[in-house]
Amino acid sequence: MRKTCVDMVYTLAQKDERVVFIGSDLSPGLLREMKTAMPDRHYMEGVTEQNVIGMAAGMAMDGYTPFVNTIATFITRRCYEQVALDLCLHDLPVRLIANGGGVVYAPLGPTHLAVEDMAIMRALPNMTVTAVADADEMIRLMEASTAWPHPIYIRLGKGGDPIVSRAENGFAIGKGIVMRERNGREPVLLISCGVMTSRALKAADLLAEKGIVSEVIHIHTVKPLDDKLILEHARGARCVFTIEEHTVIGGLGSAVVDLLVEQPVAPPPMRKLGLPDRFQRNYGSQDDLLEIAGLQPHQIAAHVEQELFKLRVA
Amino acid sequence: MSKILGMVGATTVLDERSRYLRSLVVRGLVGGNRGHVGSSMSLIEILRVLYDHVLQYDAASPDWPARDRCILSKGHGCLALYALLADKGFIKAEELDKFCHVDGILGGHPERGKVPGVEASTGALGHGLSIGVGMALAARMQKRDSRVFVVMGDGEINEGSVWEAALCAGKHKLSNLTAVVDYNKIQSAGLTSEIQNLEPLLDKWTSFGFQSVDVNGHDVAALTELFDRLPLNGDKPTAIICHTIKGKGIAFAEGDPKWHHQSNFKPQVLDDLYASVGGRA
Repeated sequence: MRKTCVDMVYTLAQKDERVVFIGSDLSPGLLREMKTAMPDRHYMEGVTEQNVIGMAAGMAMDGYTPFVNTIATFITRRCYEQVALDLCLHDLPVRLIANGGGVVYAPLGPTHLAVEDMAIMRALPNMTVTAVADADEMIRLMEASTAWPHPIYIRLGKGGDPIVSRAENGFAIGKGIVMRERNGREPVLLISCGVMTSRALKAADLLAEKGIVSEVIHIHTVKPLDDKLILEHARGARCVFTIEEHTVIGGLGSAVVDLLVEQPVAPPPMRKLGLPDRFQRNYGSQDDLLEIAGLQPHQIAAHVEQELFKLRVA
Repeated sequence: MSKILGMVGATTVLDERSRYLRSLVVRGLVGGNRGHVGSSMSLIEILRVLYDHVLQYDAASPDWPARDRCILSKGHGCLALYALLADKGFIKAEELDKFCHVDGILGGHPERGKVPGVEASTGALGHGLSIGVGMALAARMQKRDSRVFVVMGDGEINEGSVWEAALCAGKHKLSNLTAVVDYNKIQSAGLTSEIQNLEPLLDKWTSFGFQSVDVNGHDVAALTELFDRLPLNGDKPTAIICHTIKGKGIAFAEGDPKWHHQSNFKPQVLDDLYASVGGRA
């Protein structure tokens, strides 16, 4: 997903002279071909996150569409005021490519994890927050981004994530995708984003084996949220579960809660599955940390089962 | 140090135009019953020379692509900028009477898109130079002759982001970028020499890759002569350290940290302010 995303910057730059790339202190040779072909539109500016955001804003004010790339936690927290004021207050078409959203950088410890990135980006007016499922969907997002006039936060997964998105589903920023249709009445509704969608789909398979009907909605754009799709599917669901590689504060789950509590009819029971509100204490791999948080497919399925049982008893 | 002290402008006599521009600032102060008095008054000659003599712009077409860009990064000095924008016809002078009003366009910090001629919304400090770097690079990519001027405060350059931007400007040899520091030696909490000493300031900018120079920031002739020579080095951005007096032109406010920002002016203070600038604008 990461390589696809960065390669797409060059693909877009070849078609659109507004596109420029600004990296911080990334891998040697990143986008070497672009640097050779269009050296004045490829920038590598060092560990200066505040500066690269302001610099991107200045370019965007004069007609460019800069794609800024660095590690997710640094492109959000380190330069938050620049993102808020330089990009969002001016409502500029700058794209933030965030390496290692969630717990991708598990072995590097809590300084390198981005588990509240969507929350803080989502809190900013004018910001669009995206977390696609896989590399194929990343291509569709990047293509769609060219016509989007606002800042976009692009959360990247680890790379090599299973391909679960399908071209026939189409893609539009702000529109969710039904990945698995209900195959019975009163389904459990699983709403996921990013690489958790592949896990949600597997969990749905496990639930089906136990005779539990579910449907899965993939929300690649956490903001603006596809209110219509979510409301349509939440209506009639036995229970709604949001699933995200993000703290339970402020991300996809909170976005869905914010939507449902404003409706005139009582929403179905809802549970937020995500990372706990604490700094990670373990290293290991992304999968290890997701397992600890109970976010692997078998754990999601078990959690759903338990909640359904509690609801029946209640 | 004696050289710098000799240039601080304490004895520089203000001419009629400088007093008139200050009277516009006072009009805004009265309109809003508040404002950054000292921070605006120290800026007047810098902005006067830029808008009278240096910048290429069209007040009737503020977005003219070929214009020079001037970013007031020390956004709290906005009354000085508003005075020039009113004087040049970007905005009506009557807007000054609605400074900080709920139905006004002139806030306590300037906003792009709301005030014609304002290039960037500033107020949080340390943002303008990076934006200016981006604009200077955009001009270079688009092969435009536009120049970019970023006016900063001395307290503002405490911010690390300024020095990130300075590194970047030096690296890219942005000769179309000029950093202007309003060095009035007083930040909100007190003397810059005590709060966060900036010296040796000229050497700092030079070491970051700028061609740097000191000037009396109230001497219109000296500023004009200096700006006329830009770029000072065709291979480097320029840093102009303008030695100024906080509150310049308002005798009782000059050099007094209390006048960084004031509000709720008493009638006698208003009379004194008007008297200092030669009457109402």
